[in-house]
Amino acid sequence: MQRALPQQISDRFNFAAGVIWALRVIVAAIVVWGAVSTLTSGFYSASQWRDLFIFGLAQGGVYALIALGYTMVYGILGFINFAHGEVFMSGMMIGYFVADYLNEAGMWNGNPVLALLIVLVVSMLTSTGVAVLVERIAYRPLRESPRIVPLITSIGASFFIQYAFRGLFGAGVKSYPRMEALQGAITVLGVRILKVHVLVIVAVFIMMGLLYWFVEKTRMGKAIRAVAEDKEIAALMGVDIDRAIVMTFAIGGMMAGAAGLLYALVFNQVFFFSGFLPGIKAFTAAVLGGIGNIVGAMLGGIVLGIVESVGPILILSGLGIPAPHQLKDVVAFTVLVLVLIFRPKGLLGERLAEERD
Amino acid sequence: MSGNNHHPVLQLKNINTHYGPIHILRNINIEIYPGEIVCLLGGNASGKTTTLRTILGMVRPSAGEIYLDGERVDGLPTTEIVKRGISMVPENRRLFKRMTVLENLEMGAFLRHDQDGIREDLERIFELFPRVKERLHQKAGTLSGGEQQMVAIGRALMSRPKVLLMDEPSMGLAPVLVEQTFEIIQQINQHGTTIFVVEQNANMALSIAHRGYVLQTGRIVLADTAQNLLHNEMMRQAYLGEM
Repeated sequence: MQRALPQQISDRFNFAAGVIWALRVIVAAIVVWGAVSTLTSGFYSASQWRDLFIFGLAQGGVYALIALGYTMVYGILGFINFAHGEVFMSGMMIGYFVADYLNEAGMWNGNPVLALLIVLVVSMLTSTGVAVLVERIAYRPLRESPRIVPLITSIGASFFIQYAFRGLFGAGVKSYPRMEALQGAITVLGVRILKVHVLVIVAVFIMMGLLYWFVEKTRMGKAIRAVAEDKEIAALMGVDIDRAIVMTFAIGGMMAGAAGLLYALVFNQVFFFSGFLPGIKAFTAAVLGGIGNIVGAMLGGIVLGIVESVGPILILSGLGIPAPHQLKDVVAFTVLVLVLIFRPKGLLGERLAEERD
Repeated sequence: MSGNNHHPVLQLKNINTHYGPIHILRNINIEIYPGEIVCLLGGNASGKTTTLRTILGMVRPSAGEIYLDGERVDGLPTTEIVKRGISMVPENRRLFKRMTVLENLEMGAFLRHDQDGIREDLERIFELFPRVKERLHQKAGTLSGGEQQMVAIGRALMSRPKVLLMDEPSMGLAPVLVEQTFEIIQQINQHGTTIFVVEQNANMALSIAHRGYVLQTGRIVLADTAQNLLHNEMMRQAYLGEM
């Protein structure tokens, strides 16, 4: 009856590997079948696909900016800062009040460039401030604790910020004022793109470029990378560890604040819970790209945005599922589950997970 | 060379260090004079690494004083002690593996702002280690053990230390690389750097050092010139592998 232990183990291993393979085949079959039947139905035109792709790119760019905060904090402290979605929301919320004020004053449409810059600065500063405060109050006292402790604390901090904002500004949904200059579309290289998408995509790439330059080339950026790799040795080089960690949170906050404004320009609305879903999506993007990897977060965000935008229609409508676009969240989180099953280290990640003790 | 007419560049005076309730270092007295190579010998858990950590302010001594160039430095944060002129080649080298060789060297000069001086020192290190120059833009993690040792030493030199601490430089290296490492230590010393090296490999360390201290369960049990230590009966039995 009882088989030898090695035999049992290899049975179980084979069984698990078999399940994974079966799952792989099923997922691939669903994707291919859905995509083929959608494409052969000819129901969607090429320009519709292009619009979906560009919308995905814009949305993914926003995810990428938020994902940078998750991935950098993970890189330096080794835990997921679940309050980061609220860092993003806080910039978007305070940005709304400034935008609303500028609208009243006639500047929002009178001088849109300056108005956008003002709101951008305000929302970046707000998010930076919130991120730095959370680090100082909630995480620094726990620096020496096991990583599960700040992780759980971050969930608490997330609720705290949400309900603090609800208490301060009410539970109602606030609508960003309409910016006339961003209405309509322009043609870029023969492709019609909504102006707001052009703005978002350009801004995202500028921000990512600046961040990459900062981390790779500046003295502080190198210090942050050194601290992420080995805190004790970084201290031996004379790096102030606390300062490097605060800078990491600050940079994550800046990116999230910029993302807040861009997200608001696309979706127009903000309320106290607005940080939750984009936050979890950006976390998914960071995992998809390889948590801890900066370029991975950028890539993961953009890939996730495009998959989320194109995927439901490409795959689900071919399977005969009605209103597939409403299922985009399902697609996004299915991506998270699949990444965790099939490639836990993400697209570009492999370095961090292995080297951590 | 060791001259008693000099003032010590680094001095530990009656240092005691605890880890929690455990008394690790007991009344340690060490003096290092400019231009010397001094070694600290001892077996496992004798307190060698703790001595280095205490000097660098990574642990605070519970009693005693540390002077660098006559100024008291115990109780200062590590960053400040490094700024004042102590640097270390850590055990197992501990390079920033995901950063390039050049970035590792730049990190060594993190607290310096004299760009010309930094460039000069880089050139000096390339002269000392031509191999390092060839690998400048490679990730440090891709280097061999011997090359990593060179980068680790170069990185520590980039801060222009008054005293260079070395924690078990022979650890984890093939015998031929150990010899090469000790030759390099001697060479650096001849260029004017004062060196305090902690080693288990007593033979090797004493062959290049001017003086040595022997640490046993947190106490200095012997302190003498390297020559005398090499011929000390107790040393020969306990550390130099003669039965």
